[in-house]
Amino acid sequence: MSEAKTETAPGTPGSGWNWKSWIQQGLAVGTLVMLFAFFSFMNPAFYGWSNISGILLATAGIGIMALGTTFVIATGGIDLSIGTGSTFAAVVVGVFGVNVGLPMWLALIIGVGAGALMGFINGFNVAFLRIPPFIATLAMMMVAQGLALILSDVAPIYFRDTPWFSQIALGNLIPGLPNGVLIMFVLVAISAFVLARTKFGRITLAIGSNVEATRLSGIPTKRWLVMIYTFAGMFTAVAGIVMASRLVSAQPQMGVGLELQAIAAVIIGGTSLMGGRASIVGTLIGALIMSTLINGLRIMGVQSEWQFVASGIVIALAVWVDSLRNRSKST
Amino acid sequence: MFTRVFLDEEVVVTNPLLELTGISKSFPGVKALQNVEFTLGGGEVLVLVGENGAGKSTLMKILSGIYQRDEGTIRVDGREVEIPTPAVAQSLGISIIHQEMNLMPDLTVAQNIFIGREPRVLGVIQEGKLNRQTSELLTRLGINVNPKQRVGDMTVAGQQMVEIAKALSYDARVLIMDEPTSALTDTEVETLFELIENLREKGTGVVYISHRMEELKRLADRVVVLRDGQYIGQLDREEIDVPTIIEMMVGRQIKSDVRPPERDFSDAETILRVKGLSTKSLLKDVEFELKKGEILGFAGLMGAGRTETARALIGADSKSAGSVEIHGKPVKIKQPSDAVKHGIGYLSEDRKGIGLLLEQSVAANTVLASLDKFNRFGIMQDGKSKRVAGDYVNDLKTKTPSTQQMVKLLSGGNQQKVVLAKWLVRDTDILIVDEPTRGIDVGAKEEIYSLLEGLAAEGKSIIVISSELPELLRIADRIVVMASGEIRGELLNADATQNRIMDYATQIAEEGELTL
Repeated sequence: MSEAKTETAPGTPGSGWNWKSWIQQGLAVGTLVMLFAFFSFMNPAFYGWSNISGILLATAGIGIMALGTTFVIATGGIDLSIGTGSTFAAVVVGVFGVNVGLPMWLALIIGVGAGALMGFINGFNVAFLRIPPFIATLAMMMVAQGLALILSDVAPIYFRDTPWFSQIALGNLIPGLPNGVLIMFVLVAISAFVLARTKFGRITLAIGSNVEATRLSGIPTKRWLVMIYTFAGMFTAVAGIVMASRLVSAQPQMGVGLELQAIAAVIIGGTSLMGGRASIVGTLIGALIMSTLINGLRIMGVQSEWQFVASGIVIALAVWVDSLRNRSKST
Repeated sequence: MFTRVFLDEEVVVTNPLLELTGISKSFPGVKALQNVEFTLGGGEVLVLVGENGAGKSTLMKILSGIYQRDEGTIRVDGREVEIPTPAVAQSLGISIIHQEMNLMPDLTVAQNIFIGREPRVLGVIQEGKLNRQTSELLTRLGINVNPKQRVGDMTVAGQQMVEIAKALSYDARVLIMDEPTSALTDTEVETLFELIENLREKGTGVVYISHRMEELKRLADRVVVLRDGQYIGQLDREEIDVPTIIEMMVGRQIKSDVRPPERDFSDAETILRVKGLSTKSLLKDVEFELKKGEILGFAGLMGAGRTETARALIGADSKSAGSVEIHGKPVKIKQPSDAVKHGIGYLSEDRKGIGLLLEQSVAANTVLASLDKFNRFGIMQDGKSKRVAGDYVNDLKTKTPSTQQMVKLLSGGNQQKVVLAKWLVRDTDILIVDEPTRGIDVGAKEEIYSLLEGLAAEGKSIIVISSELPELLRIADRIVVMASGEIRGELLNADATQNRIMDYATQIAEEGELTL
């Protein structure tokens, strides 16, 4: 009956591209290109390399956050704690590296560990305590914000005595390309490989496709969920460190609201909110769309209030496209 | 059953309330109903019986406007009608009480009954009037319930009464009830029966779906029997006789009465021994053994506890008591991954819901239970997955354009083969197949049977849960019959007949046999 229809499953072994993800990717790339052309036309300063590298660097924070979140969303979950979680991890690095005076490399490890711990708790709450991901991570978002404020004493921690800290994001291992951007690209490559090629990625998508079928196939889904959230937590911490490095300080409020931008980036990139289908490259493009939009509007002199409005419209459009696709899928 | 009106010595028979003729309905690969007919008069209780899958639910869905018939006519008061939507069914006076409740637990009785039709003044709901009007309705029906009570706080029986009141508040003249007593206690059942008798006196026509024999005698003015989607016959009140009905329900002349060759397992190794398996909700002390190379059938009606036994056994649901031995050694199975580790694979009855990753490929599904065989240091070996999936596509003759095909696009039989391949790749000693041929057409069924037989011949032990008795008689070496969460009987294939199995399953066996 269906012999004529040959449709390859997305995100599955070696399937490459199928037309649905093509459309989604195409839409995202098209949007990015159009935004770029539009802003360049409005203001030639937009397409200078210094502005472009600025956009890329501004993307690094939410981009890295969004990479980890792509895995969480691919399981059918959500992670709202990434924004304030990234702040928390950065503050932890500041407290241990500056206030306590531990060697910076050790402080960085502790920071990433703090992110992992947050993710672990999220995963545990979701998988074992069966708290819906939205609620579990909303709670963590508040806890992380509170802890960031408490640990930092509600004041920025400046990395004055460790000048190389700023090199994490601002240095140029490759001439002209900020290290923060390099880190993002390296993590994109790693995430894309993990999602498409590893058992970890395969199980992530399997859980998102049908958690019960996966469980009945003998895969301990709860343990894997904890690992996936923990993995995302580490990305969150790295994002926080890159952002702090760029500001040469850990600002106790810097991550507020970024979780929504990161989640929007994931959805714009074609990862399904229902889970089971994900695209890392799509997430990168989604993140670029978000920061290009904000940067371009700023260069045009649009007030920041309106930048919010524009971002909101883009997010609504993206989710609408996603729901259109899901609707056509269910009929 | 019809009112006769005498006019000038001519006998005029008034039209029945509801009349169905030649109703047929097919789903892809399955003929769900063929040429079904019955009539229902006002003030009549018609009991519709049939095995699982006989077509009762499909028929009800056609009457309630959820499905459309392919052929046949439906007449209400003698007038031919179309029922394209549930709203039309309602306006024709046909109301259905579904097995699953459709009430909103956080609203009150009155709010539920008149939802969307509340008395309003300028858009403001008149709660007082709403409650009064509900109270009147309930009194008229003889239902003793407080209109202001929150539905979620009521017993299942109470909720059912509310459902019935809601149905009748739409001026229903035909009330269809789908196994309404399955969740009720004895006293609650009695209340329900009194209500039904009350409705009968008031002239409502009731279609009552059940497979509980004791209810038939109490309620039925007439019994209509369906089997395999076909109208088998009907019995009037005075003709009702339980053995006859069972005969009609199962007594198909099996054209190819194939039975497996008689095999002796008394010396075979006991692969699986289950003792005292119980769950909080249903199972009581389930015990059985499975021998190497044996196909053990599990028979029983819907809700008898067969699937629950499988799920508790593999750790998909929690058990309250019970022990499991595999190869003679006690094992602890707390979650499905433990079961798989100990060599038990479970093929769910709900293939699409929880058996497959529908949106993923044949290859991805084939290797899902054995990911460890297909990765090196965590990196998937996709070439190997495709090769192995391809081998199984060939071996099982799965019809798919490639191993990359999305499983959703395969037919039921081919999907089942993908699930089977998944467990063959895992190579478990024990396979539990739950309704292996549900929704699969006849030709593909036979293929699945021979696959299972082949596996048993290779030394795998197989449990087949099935609602189709001919299926069990066709492949099972031994058949265990469950009812109400307990094992009620056990038969070797040679001793088993559909009637004996149904006797156990409907709890009306002679006492001697019950003590098995």
